[in-house]
Amino acid sequence: MAGTALRGRLTWQEATVAEVITETATARTIELSVPDWAGHKAGQHLDVRLTAEDGYSAERSYSIASAPGEPVAITVQRLEDGEVSPYLTDDLRPGDELELRGPIGGYFIWDGEPEPVLLLAGGSGVVPLRAMLRHRQRIVSSTPARLVYSARSLADVIYRSELDGYGTEVIYTLTKQQPPGWTGHVGRVNAALLGEVAWLPDQHPIAFVCGPTAFVEAVAEGLVMLGYPPGRVKTERFGGAGG
Amino acid sequence: MSPVTRGFHGRRREEDRTDRVPPGQYVTSDFPVLSAGPTPHTKEQDWTFAIRRGGQELKSWTWSELHELPTEQVTADIHCVTRWSKLDTRWQAVSIDTLLGQVQNDDRYVLAFCDGGYTTNLPMQDVTGGRAWVAFGYGDEPLAPEHGGPARLLVPHLYFWKSAKWVRGLDLLDRDEPGFWENYGYHMYGDPWREQRYAGD
Repeated sequence: MAGTALRGRLTWQEATVAEVITETATARTIELSVPDWAGHKAGQHLDVRLTAEDGYSAERSYSIASAPGEPVAITVQRLEDGEVSPYLTDDLRPGDELELRGPIGGYFIWDGEPEPVLLLAGGSGVVPLRAMLRHRQRIVSSTPARLVYSARSLADVIYRSELDGYGTEVIYTLTKQQPPGWTGHVGRVNAALLGEVAWLPDQHPIAFVCGPTAFVEAVAEGLVMLGYPPGRVKTERFGGAGG
Repeated sequence: MSPVTRGFHGRRREEDRTDRVPPGQYVTSDFPVLSAGPTPHTKEQDWTFAIRRGGQELKSWTWSELHELPTEQVTADIHCVTRWSKLDTRWQAVSIDTLLGQVQNDDRYVLAFCDGGYTTNLPMQDVTGGRAWVAFGYGDEPLAPEHGGPARLLVPHLYFWKSAKWVRGLDLLDRDEPGFWENYGYHMYGDPWREQRYAGD
């Protein structure tokens, strides 16, 4: 495997909230101003630390939503019983301060390679994949890319207008609720849908799969059945599990 | 000194404050799944566990040979670097001491290797002395593939990425070599009580 160089200590840095963008009823993109950010790659994540007045603190990991070269941003999906995500989605506002460290992770990344890319998102698992699509756009890459996005309903789709504006094929499948007249896919990503949309193995594609466990397990296994070498199917569970 | 995040109070849960939960962790009753690629599905009849040195196999066990060795019931707390901890997990496992006891060795490190190409490094003293196992049962069931079945390493005193899923053996080494996540910036040792999450922690 091509490991990245071991790096020095990842130190906590102070970050200021620059902007909070409403993506859906329960998801917010938080743009951060981080003076000494060393840069990141598409697909990496970071750790966030929030500290209360009495010194109590809580940490969580989030995928980075912005492309390399852009200011750091994360997109947070509110988890009803979470400790951190409801604060981030409901209470945080520009000017607030928090700490972060990163970037973290060097396996689930896309760096502009030419082989066709298949992105498969379950729910808020779209976040690191969005960073990849933004990166592809910014570097004017001609790498063929497709996004398969499984969401509960159209209202739960994060970044919808942005994704539809990339000129990349985006295949939605809605698992719980479809709008009247919906002609797209319905239900979970299955072997038939994968067979329809996946690049052929002889094109040496690479797949990035991110979402909840059941989604990731089913999709990764489906791609292996289609003939994708396991090493060309990279998986990630969405960040913030439990939080 | 960390800046205060305005309006953040947090939720101080009693279950997260026990002295069994390392710093920065919270207790979950789920068993989350984390892996870098597809889940391999190695059949028990095709599975072996090998101990190697310098590419030479010193000893290996088939699935049935492993089950002829003394099985231990292990109850342990586990701690994932992604911040969940799970208390009192129950495993059926064979001690690494039992396996290494059948091989001459004075090596200082091991690199666990797995189906799917995953590896992770451990000091010998952390996989001996009753602190590490090859686990094939979880609860009272066979270990599920997504949790590392048919068998995984179990080294509960270190972050759980060291408890390699789909394990197939140990390479004995005289010096420490980074494994998969260690190559990507995670800590070489990974002690949850010292919060050794990333290189340099």
